[in-house]
Amino acid sequence: MARITAGVGSSHVPLLGVAVDQGKTRDDYFGPIFAGYDWTRQWETEAKPDVVILVYNDHASAFDANIIPTFAIGCGERYKSADEGWGPRPVPDVEGHADMAWHIAQSLILDDFDMTIINEMDVDHGLTVPLSMMFGQPEKWPVKVVPVAVNVVTYPVPSGNRCWALGEAIARAVESFPEDLNVQIWGTGGMSHQLQGPRAGLLNREWDNKFLDLLSSDTDAARYIPHIEYLRETGSEGIEMVMWLIMRGALGEKVKTLHRHYHIPCSNTAIGHIVLEPAI
Amino acid sequence: MSDKPKQDIHEYLAELDDIPGTRIYTAARARKGYWINQFAMSLMKPENRDRFKADQRAYLDEWNISEEAKQALLVRDYNKLLDLGGNVYFLSKLFSADGLPFAEAVSTMTDMTWPEYRQMMMDGGRSAEGNRSIRANLAALKDTN
Repeated sequence: MARITAGVGSSHVPLLGVAVDQGKTRDDYFGPIFAGYDWTRQWETEAKPDVVILVYNDHASAFDANIIPTFAIGCGERYKSADEGWGPRPVPDVEGHADMAWHIAQSLILDDFDMTIINEMDVDHGLTVPLSMMFGQPEKWPVKVVPVAVNVVTYPVPSGNRCWALGEAIARAVESFPEDLNVQIWGTGGMSHQLQGPRAGLLNREWDNKFLDLLSSDTDAARYIPHIEYLRETGSEGIEMVMWLIMRGALGEKVKTLHRHYHIPCSNTAIGHIVLEPAI
Repeated sequence: MSDKPKQDIHEYLAELDDIPGTRIYTAARARKGYWINQFAMSLMKPENRDRFKADQRAYLDEWNISEEAKQALLVRDYNKLLDLGGNVYFLSKLFSADGLPFAEAVSTMTDMTWPEYRQMMMDGGRSAEGNRSIRANLAALKDTN
């Protein structure tokens, strides 16, 4: 049986991809950020997941303003890096796990989550930056990826409670997949940031760390944080943190925190990541 | 599933408009700005970027966009474009076409220069204090008067 062995929450700031691609990861600006990920990169080489269910949002790359799926799952064989206006990031193609993705998609629909299914798409920094942060610059990504794209752009975005419940349903779907696979789930985006308007540049170290505390604990209180709290406290794009709740929901009631890191700033954004393991 | 009370849509939307200096990308804004965002999206294709750069006005005239929005696009007035329903992830295609780093483009929406904005971020960013609610700020102002 497939099993979820760990969960990772992580920022996916595009500038981190630029730092990797241009070899700047150890300079004065990026050094402290990448040093925070050293532990996690090492841990991943030992954890050796077969598949990562990668929860992220598309930033007007694969989806335009026309079709706005709330929850979508990539069921394709492979995905190319998107051209976000600068040319595509020079990273390997992302290999999907179509068998598992279709299994999860079907299971979720039977479990009352009406997923949108994607066969072909390009994947942007939301998906490729976390891969770079966890795996560096390999010639081929060491995992297969099941992309789960969440609308966190057009309101209303899904509630925290719904995201958490989706995570729980994803865990049930993975457990019923017959192959013996080591699966991780990553929730990406955040942490506090606002990219628009006169209030741009808002960061909130205290709130972000309270959120990390909640995810590390055995309570599910985070699922009930209303959208307006993310928006007021963490900036308009801080809402991306609802995607971390999908990851946390998939890990069950109790978790063990393996690693946690927080740094301000990266571009417009507060960087954070957390590595969790389901606990009994 | 929980039995939490159902969210009232009108209260929900009213709260989204109570954040200072912020335009939450609601369905109403998404409808209003649809063609601004689709125009911006078209700049993801290199051949469209080239055509746009060669004659911006002519390229804009191919789109079902108001004259007000075309002017805002030509002068890169991003706050105006947010008001007209533009969304920053779409508008960022225009940042890229201009070769402008994302954070620098974002800084043009604030009352700071790019070096000032960059320094604010290095110093820990903008505080949420006093920036949470228009209503609360007005109430506080009334109290002090």
